[in-house]
This record gives sequence, C-alpha cells and structure tokens, in this order.
Amino acid sequence: MKLPDLDYIRPQTLTEAIDVLVAYDGEAKLIAGGQSLMPMLAFRLLSPKILIDISRLPGLDQIEVTPGGVRLGALATWRDIERHAELKIAHPLLAAAISHIAHYQIRNRGTVGGSLAHCDPASEFPALVTTCNADVVIVGLEGERIVKGAEFVLGAMTTGLAPDEIITQIRFPAWPKARRWGFEEFARRRGDFAMAAAAVFYDLDSAHRVVNPHIGVIGEADRAIRLKQVEDLLAGQEVDRQLAAKARTMGEQTAQPSDDIHAPANYRKALIGVLIERALAASAGIQLSTVAT
Amino acid sequence: MSKKIDISLTVNGERYVHAADTRTTFADFLRNDLRLTGTHIGCEQGVCGACTVLVDGEAVRSCLMLAPQADGASVVTIEGLCEPDGELGVLQRAFRKHHALQCGFCTPGILTTAHALLTQEPDADEDRIRDVLSGNICRCTGYITIVQAILEAREGYRERSRSTAMK
Repeated sequence: MKLPDLDYIRPQTLTEAIDVLVAYDGEAKLIAGGQSLMPMLAFRLLSPKILIDISRLPGLDQIEVTPGGVRLGALATWRDIERHAELKIAHPLLAAAISHIAHYQIRNRGTVGGSLAHCDPASEFPALVTTCNADVVIVGLEGERIVKGAEFVLGAMTTGLAPDEIITQIRFPAWPKARRWGFEEFARRRGDFAMAAAAVFYDLDSAHRVVNPHIGVIGEADRAIRLKQVEDLLAGQEVDRQLAAKARTMGEQTAQPSDDIHAPANYRKALIGVLIERALAASAGIQLSTVAT
Repeated sequence: MSKKIDISLTVNGERYVHAADTRTTFADFLRNDLRLTGTHIGCEQGVCGACTVLVDGEAVRSCLMLAPQADGASVVTIEGLCEPDGELGVLQRAFRKHHALQCGFCTPGILTTAHALLTQEPDADEDRIRDVLSGNICRCTGYITIVQAILEAREGYRERSRSTAMK
C-alpha cells in the first residue's frame, strides 16, 4: 500500500530532533534507514503525523573499538559493521551474528539503532544486546542515560525507550581475546528472520573450565532471552561433546516457545536445543557427528 | 493532504530539482515524478528487490526509502546502465546472451544489484553472487542463467576497475 499521509522533517541536531519528538507528543516517529519502519508504514500498521529523519545527524554513525569494548553509533549500518576490519577480532560474536541479517540492499541502509528500537523478537541485534548485556545510550530532554541491554529489550517491539528519546550508541563490554563463542541460526531462506538462533560465549579458567557463561536464544519467547539453567549447567565444566549434548537436552526442555504460523512449539524446542549444541561445539572446536545440513 | 518538499538529486548523471510529496517512497518518486519507469515495484514492503537502485554507490530498495531522503543523493537506476552511446551495457549484454530473463519484471532490480556488486567486488565468486541475489526474487527464470550472466560480466567490470585505477 502507499504510505499514510505524513509530514517529514530533517533536523540538523540531536537537540532539534528531540524537540520535535516532544512537540508531537507520541505522534512522531524517528526514521533512519527505514528498513523496518517503511514496511510497517506500507502495511499501515503505523500512521505517525510526522517522520523525523535522523539519518544525517553528524557523528552518530561512528564505530569505535576501545579497550573498554566496542561502541556502535546508532546510525552504523550492517554494511559498516561488515566492512570494519577490526570488529572480527574485537567482537567476533557481533561480526558473526550480523552476517545473518537480511539481504544486501537492506544491509546497506539498516541501522543498529533502528533495529534495536524496532525490537523484532526474531532479529539478531536485540538478541546480541540481551546476551552481551550491552549498554544502550539514550538521549532525551533530560540529557543522557544508559540502560542495560537486559532492561532495554522488554518484549516484542517493546523497549525501555520513551517516546521522546533517541538511542545514540550501543556499547558492548570488552571482549577478551581468549573468549570462546559460537553463533548458530536457522532460517528457512537466506536473509529471513531467524526461526531460532543461539548465541553462546564464555571464558575459561586455568583448568579449561567454563567461567561467565552466556547463552542467548531467539525463538523461545516474545524476545531473545538468556537461558540461565543452561548457563548454570555449563559453569565450572569442561566443554566436550557430552556437555554440549546435555545442553541441547536442557535447552530443549527449558525453552517454552509457543505454536505459531511458522512452526509448532515442539519443532522450535528441538531447533533451539540443536542450535545451542552446535554453537557450543563451534565454540570448543568440537566436530559433531551429524548428518550434513 | 500531505506536504511537498523540494529535493535536488542527480539521477544517471542528470540533475533534477523537484517537489516530492512527503509520503512518497523513492520508488514511486522515480516512476511517477521523474517518469523513470524502468524501476519496477513488486512488493512495496522490501522483500522482492525489484525496485533496487544505487544511491551514492550502494544498492538499496527504493520502496524502503522516502523520496525526501534522496535529497542531495547521486542515483543510478536501470536507465543508467547502458553505454554512453545508448547501447546495452556489459551486464545487459551478458543477460541477453545467457537468456537470463523471461518476463523481465525482476530484471531491473537484479541488474542494478549486480552492477553495485561488481562495481565494488569485480572478483565476486559464485557463492558471493548467489548470497547477494538472495535479496532479489525471480519467479520464472530461475537463477542459473542469471548467475552465469553475472559471472561472465565480471571481466568487463575488472577492466573498468583497472582503467579507473590507472587514471
């Protein structure tokens, strides 16, 4: 469908953008890449009075690799991340997960801030923010505040962002070089939203036992969540094939997806279990004797 | 009534200044306002890739971009892929040779996508080409001849990048 009737403004500064958001009192929408917002407008799921185009606000597309971690400006696109040579070392999980997002043309315009603000339950970026508990930097009338990823991603298309606030940066905690990780996703077609995915990372102590395990999954609920029970299973253990299999079983048992148009709940449970197992196997360099996929 | 906003942009080397309706997608703007109807609109929701154009050198879905967002941009559409003398460009010749189209509806989007890819990555291999083409839906030809045509066109783009490098 053609878009609903709406006005358009392209402010020059962040302050000006916030002023317009405040003035429209919930009836304005921010647009940057527009890769989620434009389809919603075309379906008329939304009809804001005005779109505030923040895509050219200066300085918000920076990617910084610092000793404290990786900082992504909200306007950084998937392509910017893909082309950033250092990120594959500075945050390999981020680089790997990003590679599953959408298609070539969408990756050129889609932004990290937009994906996070949109917060589709099946999208990779909010799942990363949850799994890594990244800091989300937000600016509003009262200035800047920082929200932890776990408190920002609240549900399907539901976040901790107020209607008059703008995400400016996402800060991922520093990634130790020796950290083990794996990311596995299943989608029916290349570039589609994930039917399920598992992001895994942990550190090793001097005896090669798991410390600080993080397991985030997509497909389990109305948002990406961490599976604490599976994390507890891993803590203090050595990752081998048996442990990965146990994690699969536990993941399958603890995950509580619901039936939907794409798959019955039991199928998704099995998928989540298998993806956890594969991600763990990848993290430890274990070959799983599965049939070719 | 939605408002109009003046935008100026370059499309296929030609400069346009035009009042764009604020709710118009860039795809509709190209077709209805600039009368460049080579850009096709398939799904209008960003899944089919038919409306792909190049904005500042990057392939984008023009249905997922608002016309006012193209203000100041340099754009290439399917109409801009021919040689300066109006003959078919290297990709288009390869598509004709390999019968890489049937109904032709998706073809402008596939050509613009492949043009962006080969301009940036003239050595793209078959896997990369197939990966990139996952964003373009063709429901009649099948992708085999399309991939063959793009593979063959790479040499033309390599030459182009060599001659640009020498300049």
